[in-house]
Amino acid sequence: MIDFSPQLVQLLSLDGERMPSGDFDPWVADLDGPALLALYRDMVVVRRIDTEATALQRQGELGLWPPLLGQEAAQIGSARALRSDDFIFPSYRENAVAYCRGVKVSDIVKVWRGNAQSGWDPYTVNMATPAIIIGAQTLHATGWALGAQRDEVDSVAIAYFGDGATSEGDVHEAMVFAASFQAPVVFFCQNNQWAISEPVGVQAHRNIADRAPGFGIPSLRIDGNDVIAVLAATRIALDRARTGGGPTFIEAVTYRMGPHTTADDPTRYRDPAELAEWKTRDPVLRLHRLLTSLGEITPEVEAETAALADAAAAELRAGCIGMADPEPLSVFDHVYATPNATLERQRSDYAGYLTSFGTEHDSAEQNRKA
Amino acid sequence: MNTDTDNTEAVTTRTITYRQALNETLRAELEHDEKVFLIGEEIGVFEGSYKITAGLLEDFGPDRVLDAPIAEEGFVGAALGAAMLGMRPVVEIMTINFSLIAIDQIVNHAAKMRSMFAGQVSIPLVIRMPGGGGQQLAATHSQNLEVWYAHIPGLKVVAPSTPADAKALLTAAIRDDDPVIFLENLSLYSAKGEVPDGEQIAEIGKAAVVKTGIDLTIVSYSRGTTTALEVANQLEAEGLSIEVVDLRSLRPLDRDTICASVKKTGHAVVFEDDWLSYGIGAEISATIGEGVFDFLDAPVRRVAAAEVPLPYAKSLERAALPSAADLARVVREVLNLAPATATSNDK
Repeated sequence: MIDFSPQLVQLLSLDGERMPSGDFDPWVADLDGPALLALYRDMVVVRRIDTEATALQRQGELGLWPPLLGQEAAQIGSARALRSDDFIFPSYRENAVAYCRGVKVSDIVKVWRGNAQSGWDPYTVNMATPAIIIGAQTLHATGWALGAQRDEVDSVAIAYFGDGATSEGDVHEAMVFAASFQAPVVFFCQNNQWAISEPVGVQAHRNIADRAPGFGIPSLRIDGNDVIAVLAATRIALDRARTGGGPTFIEAVTYRMGPHTTADDPTRYRDPAELAEWKTRDPVLRLHRLLTSLGEITPEVEAETAALADAAAAELRAGCIGMADPEPLSVFDHVYATPNATLERQRSDYAGYLTSFGTEHDSAEQNRKA
Repeated sequence: MNTDTDNTEAVTTRTITYRQALNETLRAELEHDEKVFLIGEEIGVFEGSYKITAGLLEDFGPDRVLDAPIAEEGFVGAALGAAMLGMRPVVEIMTINFSLIAIDQIVNHAAKMRSMFAGQVSIPLVIRMPGGGGQQLAATHSQNLEVWYAHIPGLKVVAPSTPADAKALLTAAIRDDDPVIFLENLSLYSAKGEVPDGEQIAEIGKAAVVKTGIDLTIVSYSRGTTTALEVANQLEAEGLSIEVVDLRSLRPLDRDTICASVKKTGHAVVFEDDWLSYGIGAEISATIGEGVFDFLDAPVRRVAAAEVPLPYAKSLERAALPSAADLARVVREVLNLAPATATSNDK
């Protein structure tokens, strides 16, 4: 019997000791050494991808990047609990989740480089592209879940959002609908403590997880830097949804160790002592400690993991820098499903303008460089 | 340059940015009236996403400069409630795009409350927000939605193009007893201009002829006015005399100034950053058609954005937004002149 109470669920101590829990252990009974090692590798690789993307932004290769540094356990633990037919509605920071879905690493940065409006095909990986307007995707997830319910399939929708989003009306309305219709949806809130410069206290006077029961939605408040607890909680929520139990709300308590985006500088508003404190709760370090005690970490494993991470980073860098720029006339694509007279006229006018510079290729090239 | 204050004494001026003009005006109004307070996301500790509220939390404290929860409908509605009791809230919405989450409070409540309370309530509310593309912020962060608000009776909508107007119109907006949508523009924040010292209060609803000419009138507002002036000056060198009307206020709209200018020049082009269909230019064209049709020597033309969600890619964004080259080309067409030789630097 799962106790849906505001107690913080933790299955892995800061020192990397496995903390037994009669209620949660059955949900992660399959996590033997190799399975834990796989989670560790995921976390190391996504941290490396994230660091490389930040570097690419600093080097002018990406317009913007929202780092996930510190949130690896929350994202890997939840993403690895999902089935491939479950559908993910992310915010803009769930790049580790995209990685777990098999999105090509360079496709993860495609929108941030501005080369495409959509970095991947949502229907091949069952994951929507980033939602930039805060909290809106929770409603989409709820609607998707209502559709799954009507289709009588046991696929589940999961919505990712942050602590700031929980102030938005959309998120509250999503919970109303999900509860009223018992939609198979998981509300996965990564409380990373900061909405740009606003601490979570501006959004919530009590724990965020406390809100959901008011809507009739059971909630779990978990240590979001504990990948085992995240995996267990997400599996529980998914199982409830699949078996007609309706929505579940998970508050994964974590920390945004970096800036909100590369356009932000948290040293202007954040106490460095707070960051130092959270570094001791680092999700990757913690799992490394457990794996070391289990004897899973050997020099070979370390070398293999580092090689995997480096390969991912190299693939990201090469894929990012090698992307072909979009053709200027593609600006008129994908506005409507069928041809539209106004747009066709504008497209033709613009094509005429571009050809006034010379050959079509040259004009596109010059336009790009102008 | 146009502050509508009848001041015969020499006024000293300083060259400051649009951002600084807004910041100084907020400071002056916080000092001028204790009922003025600021509310919005990230405006206190963070000093605003575009640093318009720099230093204000420090100097006025958290009772006057409030960091709001991430809830636009919430803080606009709360500000509206405070305005009903005589406070003078100045709301910052991080960008006009996020005002869509608050639109019910703005359109169904702020705009209608005086009327639906039979004139027994005033709503001295200002909602400041930047719009505009060109910063590679993509489809949901780059819109020019001014016409949404300019359409609504009960609202006033201003869109200053210079630091001096930013000051004089913001002061006027804060002291106005009706809700004012104060539209800033991302690409104007660092623009510099001469700003007169001391209190400057614009008359909301007055356009300004910012350059006189006799051959053609360009009507624009906000960022568009700076491009219009640039094009007008460039064409001046070719012997054309272009008049530029800066609307400054989109609602009320100063139809007299627009019509008087076109009556004189006989030609008009509207330059707007929003989408063409049903945009600001449609209203200006109709105004000219209804007011001075007999004085027109050519149809009124509009230069506006391509009707697509604005892309993130720089090359595509450039393709979608109206440029100085587009404006110059249309001005030449209206005046029946040969097109200038295109250069790759036009776009």
